[in-house]
Amino acid sequence: MSSSEPFTIEQFYKFLSTNKLMAGKCVKCGKIHLPPRPLCSECFSREFTWIPLSGKGKLLTYTIIHVAPTQFQALTPYAVGIVELEEGLKIPGMIQDITQEQIRIGMELMLDFGTGILPQNWPAWCRYHFISLNP
Amino acid sequence: MNGKPLASIISAGMTKFGKHDGLLTRELFSEAASEAFCRCPKLDPKQDIKAMFIGHMGEAYEHQGHTGSTLADWAGLTGIAVTRTEAACGSSGVALRSGIYAVCSGLADVVIVGGVEKMTHRTTAEVTEYLAMASDYPFEQFHGITFPGLYALMANAHMHTYGTSEEQIGMVAVKNHYHGSLNPKAHMQKEVPLQNVLASKYVAWPLKLYDCSLITDGASCIILAKPELAKKYTDQPVHIVGSGQASDTIGLYERQTLTSLTSAKLAAKEAYEMANITPQQVNLAEVHDCFTIAEILHYEDLGFCATGQGGKLVESGATRLGGSIPVNTSGGLKAKGHPVGATGTAQAYEMYLQLTGQADRRQVKDANIGLTQNIGGSGATAAVHIYRRDN
Repeated sequence: MSSSEPFTIEQFYKFLSTNKLMAGKCVKCGKIHLPPRPLCSECFSREFTWIPLSGKGKLLTYTIIHVAPTQFQALTPYAVGIVELEEGLKIPGMIQDITQEQIRIGMELMLDFGTGILPQNWPAWCRYHFISLNP
Repeated sequence: MNGKPLASIISAGMTKFGKHDGLLTRELFSEAASEAFCRCPKLDPKQDIKAMFIGHMGEAYEHQGHTGSTLADWAGLTGIAVTRTEAACGSSGVALRSGIYAVCSGLADVVIVGGVEKMTHRTTAEVTEYLAMASDYPFEQFHGITFPGLYALMANAHMHTYGTSEEQIGMVAVKNHYHGSLNPKAHMQKEVPLQNVLASKYVAWPLKLYDCSLITDGASCIILAKPELAKKYTDQPVHIVGSGQASDTIGLYERQTLTSLTSAKLAAKEAYEMANITPQQVNLAEVHDCFTIAEILHYEDLGFCATGQGGKLVESGATRLGGSIPVNTSGGLKAKGHPVGATGTAQAYEMYLQLTGQADRRQVKDANIGLTQNIGGSGATAAVHIYRRDN
């Protein structure tokens, strides 16, 4: 895997827009960072390599948002949760295509890359979400 | 340090918390400062106060940045060194810690520490958005996770892991509204029965409207002096004997646990060790109940009960006025209100009243040692302080 791309959140979202879920692995101590970061919080190394993640994991906790900021008001009520990926890393996100009655802690989910459209203006990030692994 | 005073509170002031139409933060803060000056006639503010530390979270509310010097000016203190601290809802808890640094260093013998926020002139959607800025933007805010949402994620994890019930969580609101009904400066001064808490609308399941602290305007401050000089200004100083401050990852999702705030545990450990006391020696506490579930986590993180037993502790009545460890006698953020930047020093204000016997109908009898715990955001900042009555 190429290591020439900068280990930044913007690059994380660039990969995501091409259907890749990538983390940064510290070359020196081996710690995996999701999101990637340019300075290892464990050993202060600045050398990393990209590693692909499966996008599959288990739901650690969730909530249903009823009162949202203006930007998300049209989506309410919507579910968000924190997913622990197979690789042991955690990532939050919306949970879609599952009725709220069916959501439960411990259920298996997988990341859906969504539209992958990166906006022109900052922040040039795209929205992924989680769906059930066994619909 | 072994329980030696770090700094002593010689006076305190606070506006009524509530809706203050037509006032700006500077005007609110001048009212709190005025109370503190009037309470301490032996203090010459212009002569004696050498520095000011101010907790203030948001420029967005009033389109006003650079608020440190603005507030010093409107408190009549232009010329002194002013430092604004920003740690979201923990802003003035951090200001308090900074004031202690100043006094302990010997650079300033008397300092004013305070906080302020003016929020109610904005819509709920706007306030929701501004508060969310204290959470991680690229992975939390960007994906629609709100502040109540973050605490709801913790609530669900706590319920799942320890069997804590929505009823137990709601009991925190009932207790704090009862305490608020006894505080003439509280935003809401009426009791709320559990059935109303449970029947209120969901904000972020399992948290409902009555599980959330209030959107409030207000200001608070305390005046700190070098302990050796405290008696020059007042016969009844309150000594700060422990101070702890700690941090954690900005993203909730990056943490080891979702059922405890590690920063709060670290800050508490530092403060307890400095004060040389155990949690069981604390007579009363003001903790950061921005959401009801938070108070349950704090019981555990502060060592008032064992891990996982926070729900049972509130249910037992131990944390209610008259119980073994009354928590949030002021009404807490829940009923007194939560003008975010003002909250940390408002907790210190309550502790000052309690430990000088001025808390009136909500006075805790024979209170000798008190604790305040102020949290920023979902726990990326925590500040814990321990107070002792002058003997």
